[in-house]
Amino acid sequence: MKTFKTMLKVEGKLSLRDMNMVLFAVIMPIVVLVVLGIIYKGKPAFTGANYSFVEQSFGALCTIAICAGGLMGLPMLVSDYRERKILKRFQSTPISQNMILLVHLAIYTLYSIVSAISLWMIESIFFGFHIRGSFLLFAAGWLLVLISILSIGMFVGGIAKNSKQASMIACILYFPMLIFSGATLPYEAMPGGVQHVADLMPLTQGIKVLKAASLGLPLQNAAGSIIIMAAVAILFIGLSVKFFRWE
Amino acid sequence: MTEVIKVKNLSKSYHDYQAVDHLALTVNRGNVFGLLGANGAGKSTSIECILGIKKSEEGEVSILGMDPRRDRIKLFQKVGVQFQEANYQTEIRVNELCEETACLYKEPADWRALLTQFGIKEKEKSAVKQLSGGERQRLFIVLALIPNPEVVFLDELTTGLDARARRHVWKLISGLKKQGLTILLTSHFMDEVEALCDTICILKKGKTVFYGTVAKAIETSPFDTFEDAYLWYSDEEEMVE
Repeated sequence: MKTFKTMLKVEGKLSLRDMNMVLFAVIMPIVVLVVLGIIYKGKPAFTGANYSFVEQSFGALCTIAICAGGLMGLPMLVSDYRERKILKRFQSTPISQNMILLVHLAIYTLYSIVSAISLWMIESIFFGFHIRGSFLLFAAGWLLVLISILSIGMFVGGIAKNSKQASMIACILYFPMLIFSGATLPYEAMPGGVQHVADLMPLTQGIKVLKAASLGLPLQNAAGSIIIMAAVAILFIGLSVKFFRWE
Repeated sequence: MTEVIKVKNLSKSYHDYQAVDHLALTVNRGNVFGLLGANGAGKSTSIECILGIKKSEEGEVSILGMDPRRDRIKLFQKVGVQFQEANYQTEIRVNELCEETACLYKEPADWRALLTQFGIKEKEKSAVKQLSGGERQRLFIVLALIPNPEVVFLDELTTGLDARARRHVWKLISGLKKQGLTILLTSHFMDEVEALCDTICILKKGKTVFYGTVAKAIETSPFDTFEDAYLWYSDEEEMVE
């Protein structure tokens, strides 16, 4: 516990000093929210909808921080620590690989929580937003997205040969997920074919759950979404524990 | 238990290149063991194989009666390591690096006292990357001592230090040795080896060409000084010509 707390403090400070995560996980989603707010004002999500476009976007915006941490931050950090032989130094100390990963998972989780809370505050103060459905369902969906995305990141960080390769894989995962899952562009506006492909991504499924929970809509095929996300999480956590390399 | 480090028949190769060739050594408690050889003779690879950081193809290693690969987490509570390359997070500060290292051990030493002993206390709040080469070298010796270790591995102990700082480090190391610390070090300075090491092993292309005391190395060579004897054994003279 002492190890975890001290490492969280030191590594957390280093992460803040780096600023990348503050920018991409906390500030960027707020900027997107403000831009959406300016463009759509109080307009309904579509003609006849009883919720606004901005309200509809809340769930998706909450996942931007998770993706920044899980698909960019974590894999780049782990491969950078390996390349700079920081992991090698840790290997000659009594720390377990799980502790190192756990500390960084905690840091990215904290960024995601800060992002979600700040988005919620801004939306409720300026756009009259409130969670219409089940808060518990929303929290559960958010947690599943977090776990499945971080597990993918952990796996990529674990197997990438160097930080160059990690950043390439991270880009391949990050941008399509961000664009096609509904996190930035509305999923509803995409053609059917694209929607089918996007459905395979855990983030798309997660956003569906978050949307349904925040807007109080009936959740279609909730079991399917949950199974896809849970399967991704279990698969990649298993793979990353198995394939983790110090050097 | 007097045998603290025990290595038998250790071999490691990269592709066709034999980096470590059937290395055998024993270090007793409270002794200083010097692993010597030219650059590329296999010193660092040997240390990494002994520590279990690299997997060896052949051989047995035991440190404090434990297998460094199998008992890693338990063993490294009592083992300190200083690496040749400085591997630290880009923006980390001296106190943060010390704190993060200390938190990994059950009974860490007082790192502030160590920084004072090694004369870098006033750099506590500086970024590690802004330290001079000598200061950084001393910091990495401090990191190796934070575990309150029974054994330390020091790869190129005083490289980058000026004459005065080297003497100072020798004194500190001798003091630790008197307290019963077991030390395995590598060095390119023969005066240092003469001053500190009880036993030495000279490597040449991964093979052991001499094993014994400094006095014996001089005696068995055609020369009168240890530096000449060392060069004769390690064949570094050929490279000078």
